[in-house]
Amino acid sequence: MDYGTLLQILDSTLRLGTPLLFACLAGLFSERAGIFDIGLEGKMLMAAMCSGAVAFLTGSVWLGLLAGLAGSLVFAGLHGVASITFRGNQLISGVALNFLASGITVLVAQRLFGQGGRTPPLDGAARFNEITLPFAETLRPVPVLGPLYADVISGHALLVYVAILCVPLTWWVLYRTRFGLRLRAVGENPAAVDTAGVSVKGLRFAAVGITGLLCGLAGAYMATALQAGFGREMTAGRGYIALAALIFAKWRPWQALGACMLFGFFQALALRPDVVTAVVQVKIPVPFLDALPYILTVLVLAGFVGKAIPPRAGGEPYVKER
Amino acid sequence: MDRLPKWADVVLVPLVSLIFAAAISAIVIKAIGQSPSEALKVMVEGSLMSAYGWGYTLYYTTSFIFTGLAVTIAFHAGMFNIGGEGQAQLGGLGVALACLLIPWPHWSVALLAASLSAAAFGAVWAAVPAYLAARRGSHIVITTIMFNYIAAALIVYLLVDVLRPAGQMDPATARFPKTVSLPTLNQIPGFDLFFQKEVPANVTLFIALAAAWAVWLILWRTRLGYQLRAFGKSEPAARYAGINPAKMIMISMTISGALAGLMSVNNVMGEAERLLQNSSEGAGFIGIAVALMGRNHPVGVVLAAVLFGFLYQGGAELGLWTAIPIELRIVVQGLVILFTGALDVMVRMLLVWLFSFGRKRQVA
Repeated sequence: MDYGTLLQILDSTLRLGTPLLFACLAGLFSERAGIFDIGLEGKMLMAAMCSGAVAFLTGSVWLGLLAGLAGSLVFAGLHGVASITFRGNQLISGVALNFLASGITVLVAQRLFGQGGRTPPLDGAARFNEITLPFAETLRPVPVLGPLYADVISGHALLVYVAILCVPLTWWVLYRTRFGLRLRAVGENPAAVDTAGVSVKGLRFAAVGITGLLCGLAGAYMATALQAGFGREMTAGRGYIALAALIFAKWRPWQALGACMLFGFFQALALRPDVVTAVVQVKIPVPFLDALPYILTVLVLAGFVGKAIPPRAGGEPYVKER
Repeated sequence: MDRLPKWADVVLVPLVSLIFAAAISAIVIKAIGQSPSEALKVMVEGSLMSAYGWGYTLYYTTSFIFTGLAVTIAFHAGMFNIGGEGQAQLGGLGVALACLLIPWPHWSVALLAASLSAAAFGAVWAAVPAYLAARRGSHIVITTIMFNYIAAALIVYLLVDVLRPAGQMDPATARFPKTVSLPTLNQIPGFDLFFQKEVPANVTLFIALAAAWAVWLILWRTRLGYQLRAFGKSEPAARYAGINPAKMIMISMTISGALAGLMSVNNVMGEAERLLQNSSEGAGFIGIAVALMGRNHPVGVVLAAVLFGFLYQGGAELGLWTAIPIELRIVVQGLVILFTGALDVMVRMLLVWLFSFGRKRQVA
């Protein structure tokens, strides 16, 4: 494999890792606050449809983004009401919302555009277009690093850089602010937070809201940057891969970046079976590459690659008085 | 919170949840510019008003009984098996291998062999996550979800690279021999008086009903069932009573996987007569809704499976005859899971409130 091919694969790694990263950080906020969320997939799908549809109808990607955030927030709100207010089973709520999103996105898109549940293709101002970073072309002649900067780091949609910036931001919020301390505490020992006079429900709703916003960014990126428009089931299990990355990263932001880029790398490889065959000299079936992130997650969960211990109060509704 | 009378808990809670789900579905249909009453009419006519419609409704029902029972038995042991989809697809592989590798003289022997094979493949696919949960402390929900994706990838690989006959374009196995073709309901004496046209519902329906009876027997009439339910209610109490947690996880998940695998006898052997990609078509997930709706009791599961059979056949009719997309049934499925599974506390609170209202009026 030559350097150019490697750069191409790294480029698509960044592209494909971005929605995973948004969704993974979304899950991180929710699960750190003690709310399991297997509904990341559904929220992304909802956001993708809303942003794709509104971006097409208004011609503005920014209005599309807002619609995507709103769509995802509605679903996050439902999950919050079911699992915080009514103390329902968080896993079942997530599963239910995934189905709801899967069906309703097609119904609405079909009603609006009548194209079999797709939105029409987006172009121009209705999409997040590629940004060329400063000096990309000037620096290109620099050996090794020049092409890396020009081809891999430069030339992505705005949201890719936003996703990367969300990593230090998440770290700062979680570990350097009062809100973050309380958020982490509420996922480990909600009774202690309650005793300190801080609202458990309020904190958990805030966390679920942040999850909604980040899933909204993930979905909007899918429909308006990675692809040009919404297609049915376009998230294709990315919500679950993000969940896998979250466990792999042991619920920590910087490790989440690494895990998402690793899983993004696998997805990029699955698109280039010719390269994989050339490198390992054995024909590896594409389905195996597709399954690799899932197999890796199972191994991580089983504790073969270090033990993953979830936040202690995860999945349990908090009852104030017994 | 006040207690509800038992009959209200068993009958009213699922019924009210269903009414909520139906009401929101009606709003959704209205919102996409269609008529809810017209939609209901098309659904009922297409699935319940003709023998032909019933033939399809019961075909779906058969699959949903299996997957509903699979989720039910795991629920009783405190396990949430979302892997029914993958287990059913592996079960399909078991059916295909049993039907293709051995030349069976008669469908009845083939049915027995295919059932055992399907159950075994499904059970193995559930046993791996169960082992990881029991021995290594993996989270059963996440692992079974991952196994759904791994199963899908495995089946794609096998169908494209291994099992596809030479010269065939589409990724599928060869057709099963005619001798293993299962009798459909219109070919069974007695039933043929009602079903006069060719329908997909087949003898597997009776296996499904037998499985429902067997699950009831296991759960409420055996020592193992008692242990499973005790473990599901309280792990520390069960442990104190000398029940081995690892064993309970393994047994409940293995039976669950076997039931999910058995589903494929219905669709792979009874209908498609070859193994296709995504053969289970989401039926594994519908098991979750069926189990929740059926209150985790085999009788409830059978009734809920008929309801979802109606929803699936009716939804297909909507896709054919109206402008409402077939995906409406996924919306209804999601709503049913939401109300019966995640918002049941809300429904219960509402009913308790209504009951107390009635009581107050009696006093006054």
